Amino acid sequence: MAINSSPEQQSPDMESRLWDYIDGTSQEASAIEKLIAENSVWRAKYAELLDINSLVLATELEEPSLRFTKNVMEEIARLQITPAAKKYINTKIIWGIAAFFITVIVGFLGYGFSQVDWSSGTGGSSPVGIDFTSVDYSRMFSNSFVNLFMMINVILGLMLLDRYLAWKRKKLMNR
Amino acid sequence: MHTKTPDNDLIQLVLQGQSAAYAELVDRYKAFVFTIVLRYISSREDAEEVSQDVFVKAFRSLSDFKGASKFSTWLYTIVTTSCLTFLRKKKLDVQSLDNEKVFAAADNIDGGMSANQVEQKSRVAMVNEAIKMLSPDDAQIITLFYKGEQTLEEIAKILGKEPNAVKVQLHRARTRLKERLQKHFAAEVKDIH
Repeated sequence: MAINSSPEQQSPDMESRLWDYIDGTSQEASAIEKLIAENSVWRAKYAELLDINSLVLATELEEPSLRFTKNVMEEIARLQITPAAKKYINTKIIWGIAAFFITVIVGFLGYGFSQVDWSSGTGGSSPVGIDFTSVDYSRMFSNSFVNLFMMINVILGLMLLDRYLAWKRKKLMNR
Repeated sequence: MHTKTPDNDLIQLVLQGQSAAYAELVDRYKAFVFTIVLRYISSREDAEEVSQDVFVKAFRSLSDFKGASKFSTWLYTIVTTSCLTFLRKKKLDVQSLDNEKVFAAADNIDGGMSANQVEQKSRVAMVNEAIKMLSPDDAQIITLFYKGEQTLEEIAKILGKEPNAVKVQLHRARTRLKERLQKHFAAEVKDIH
């Protein structure tokens, strides 16, 4: 990086570069060192900023009242640490809910497609290259299939409800 | 020789049920927390109440602290949100970085300060006064950087900003602090050089 040491043009940049140097984050530390050593303007500015830096470092923290820690400890004596979020969120329940909804969506989509009269379209051929008219949906979605599908959904729903109620009871007992 | 128990070890003790270990964490960080809260809330009573609330919140959520960052970084995040929530509840003005009113108000502060009083102030107290004249954002970033032992990256995490933005903000805050010192404590600043 080219270093222009003209004080008139470089003043804001000079400060910023000197602060970086003081903070120890400068990428051009050796160049800055050279400038401080050789240029009186840079040297004076460096001394000024360094003084401010040491003054800020020397400032004292504000102290709260002497009872502060005691007050906090009295307050937390009545409290319990909240369990970590990952502990009280049961992933099995989340997966169960997801499976339930996916099954319902897939089932309804399948049922919907089975009801479409593909032969009445104007295009004649399927846009995805599959001839849906040749699929015999009545075999797939027979009465027994729909009944079985609904039965699985009801069982899954009852299992979910059972798990939810058990979790709620456990939570109440822990209180 | 007495060595300081690391924060994470104390946290583990608290999580194992030894709540008393939390007192050491409170003692360790109460001044840092209280100072940062005071940058937002000028009333010491309110600041103390908010600071206590910060430690209570931190205790309750301790199991959510993963140890990925320093405990102090995590704690200061709670400080920032608690202060903003308090100010929102109180419907006070949250002064932004470039709020001219803040500087106009700061300009009037030295009106009540006699020459003798200023002379009696130590240089450190003078800097403390100058920091109080800054906007809460400026004062907070200076406190976090110089007194909170936080790096630019950690401050960025606390404030939810990019490290580069924090670097620029810190630089501006220091420039404004220098201006305050020169404007309000010109005589003392002269002594510095």
